[in-house]
Amino acid sequence: MSVAELLDGKRVCVCAGSGGVGKTTTSAAIALGMAARGAKVAVVTIDPARRLANALGLAELQNDPRRVEPERLAATGLDVGGELWAMMLDPKRTFDELIERIAPDASRAEEIKANRVYRELSTAVSGSQEFTAIAKLYDLNREGEFDLLVLDTPPSRNALDFLDAPGRLTSFLEGRALKAFMRPTGLGMRVLGRGASPVLAGLRRVTGIDLLDDLSTFFQLLGDMTDDFTRRAAQVETMLHASTTAFLLVSSAQRDSIDEAIWFRRTLEQSGLPFAGVVVNRVHHDMLGDRDPEDVAAALGSELGTELAALVAQNFDDYHVLARRDERNIDRFATELDGRPLLLVPHFDDDVHDIEGLAQVHRYLFASQAERARMIAAVVA
Amino acid sequence: MSKLLDRRLIFVTGKGGVGKSTVAIALGLLAARRGRRTIVAELASQDRAQRTFEHDGEPFREVGLAPDLFTISIDPQHAMEEYLRIKTGAVGHLLAASRLFHSFAMATPGMREMLSIGKVWELAQLERETRGASPYDLVIVDSPATGHGVGVLRTPRTFADIAVIGPVGRQARRIATTIADRQFTSVIAVTTAEEMAVNETLTLREVLDREQLALDAVIANARYPERFDDRLCAKLDDALRRTESPLVRAALKAALSEHARAAAQREQLQRLSEGLEIEPTELPYLFAEQLGPAEVGMLADALEAGLA
Repeated sequence: MSVAELLDGKRVCVCAGSGGVGKTTTSAAIALGMAARGAKVAVVTIDPARRLANALGLAELQNDPRRVEPERLAATGLDVGGELWAMMLDPKRTFDELIERIAPDASRAEEIKANRVYRELSTAVSGSQEFTAIAKLYDLNREGEFDLLVLDTPPSRNALDFLDAPGRLTSFLEGRALKAFMRPTGLGMRVLGRGASPVLAGLRRVTGIDLLDDLSTFFQLLGDMTDDFTRRAAQVETMLHASTTAFLLVSSAQRDSIDEAIWFRRTLEQSGLPFAGVVVNRVHHDMLGDRDPEDVAAALGSELGTELAALVAQNFDDYHVLARRDERNIDRFATELDGRPLLLVPHFDDDVHDIEGLAQVHRYLFASQAERARMIAAVVA
Repeated sequence: MSKLLDRRLIFVTGKGGVGKSTVAIALGLLAARRGRRTIVAELASQDRAQRTFEHDGEPFREVGLAPDLFTISIDPQHAMEEYLRIKTGAVGHLLAASRLFHSFAMATPGMREMLSIGKVWELAQLERETRGASPYDLVIVDSPATGHGVGVLRTPRTFADIAVIGPVGRQARRIATTIADRQFTSVIAVTTAEEMAVNETLTLREVLDREQLALDAVIANARYPERFDDRLCAKLDDALRRTESPLVRAALKAALSEHARAAAQREQLQRLSEGLEIEPTELPYLFAEQLGPAEVGMLADALEAGLA
């Protein structure tokens, strides 16, 4: 199974996983590979490594996809029949643009943008990246300019945040119950004034009245716009659940990362979200097999002298331990996945930070099972 | 570092995947060995310390791992219910049961962080508010990844600004003062010697500066051993050209790979120490099948030596 087969007929590919597992690289390599196969693809990244951003021509911050110049891609030797576009998400700007779009007029938009609660909301790291990433994905998908959108999800420690955070923010913005309470004419503010309801009295006691006032102003400004948030949220849900959407989990081969991927996969399926497969990055492949490291030292001895041979053998044995560890973790995941695709990308000698590096990752992702095995064997031998 | 461990509250932050939790546990073990009653409070992960020590206790409770070493996973929801019970008595129970209040509290931007850090603050008090709880000499916070981690540190001040009056505002101001107190609190960044992690550490430094918080130490985790210098590598290259044996070739390639990785790390570490005025403390890459108490012990040894 290769990524090309996994994404056949898909319009949206969401790459999810915990922090530090190579999501950005994987997303970019997938986009590159699909572009090479003739599609017009946009990759939406959050915070790529500077060198990778430079490699894609994303030097300056921008909030719309730009085409990666074909000359840059030519350097990979790949025959790119389609188009690769890339963008770096600016959460604050995306949020502002969203408000501008759904506000009834420009002055209301300005008032909202100046509101204290809104400023907190749109810049709080926790939640706003996730919310705006999905919002951007939704808009790009609706505009229909691209055959495929690849989303690199925000760098959270916990992959589940990505699913939870937008919903939390949406429910705050929708805030039906809260909104009703917070309106100056609503039940809540009237009751609050008199301090009659114990819940509201308690709320005031815990939070302080000024916070409630701020919230009240905020919801007053939002007014009927909250209905737009609700509508959009429903449409976003439809997009994420569509059969043309694919969630790809990205993981490293380490235990904690695999545990989280297993958990995330179950949650995806419980939520009815279309899970397509798993990419495991930085896999140490076994080179020692069942041979004894001492035999390695002996075989090396005549070439290198005993001392250096022992060092080389020790190094070899250390990596054998990692390879065994990775293999065991991956086996465990494979059992859990019950035949669903699991694509392995080896641990390279250097961080992937340029177009050539992406092309290298892409070769593993887009190879057939047999080709991949051959490539790994070639590295080992 | 020994001075560092004399503080009462240490926030350990860094990019996702660099080993923050492991380093937080190792620091905790080191402090505990010195007889400081220490708790590792997890904000972003759940029961990782317990799993490392192959312990299977209740979540969201203080659990003992080793002599003088404890852990707790902090959950905002749980922390809120506890806070309400302590602070507001009967009304608290009512609030805790109110759906309106839950949707309000959990959806208010920053409230989750505020509740979590409120619990951290409570753990660090000599007079604990939790009934029957003993005080700790040191609380080590396994914070969320860098961006969110700074968010957590900033939250009390934000709340103090928004909620000018009222108990939340008061509590937030108290916590903000504690965090800003360098005798009491310190912030440690964990990184690996990789481009993205180094970038995040350098950014963290700038962001902390803006918040008028200090970065007290940087720990460069998972450093490959430098087994082969350039001279030895030339010999390995030579040997690789001559030999036909697949086994020998594989071993030589593995050695050259490690040399390349170690060299790339060295470059990144160089960039890190130039960008900071702090010399990072290095922790070795552990070639272990999994991280258990023995491996954490090794890291604690390395921290002790590196931070001396």
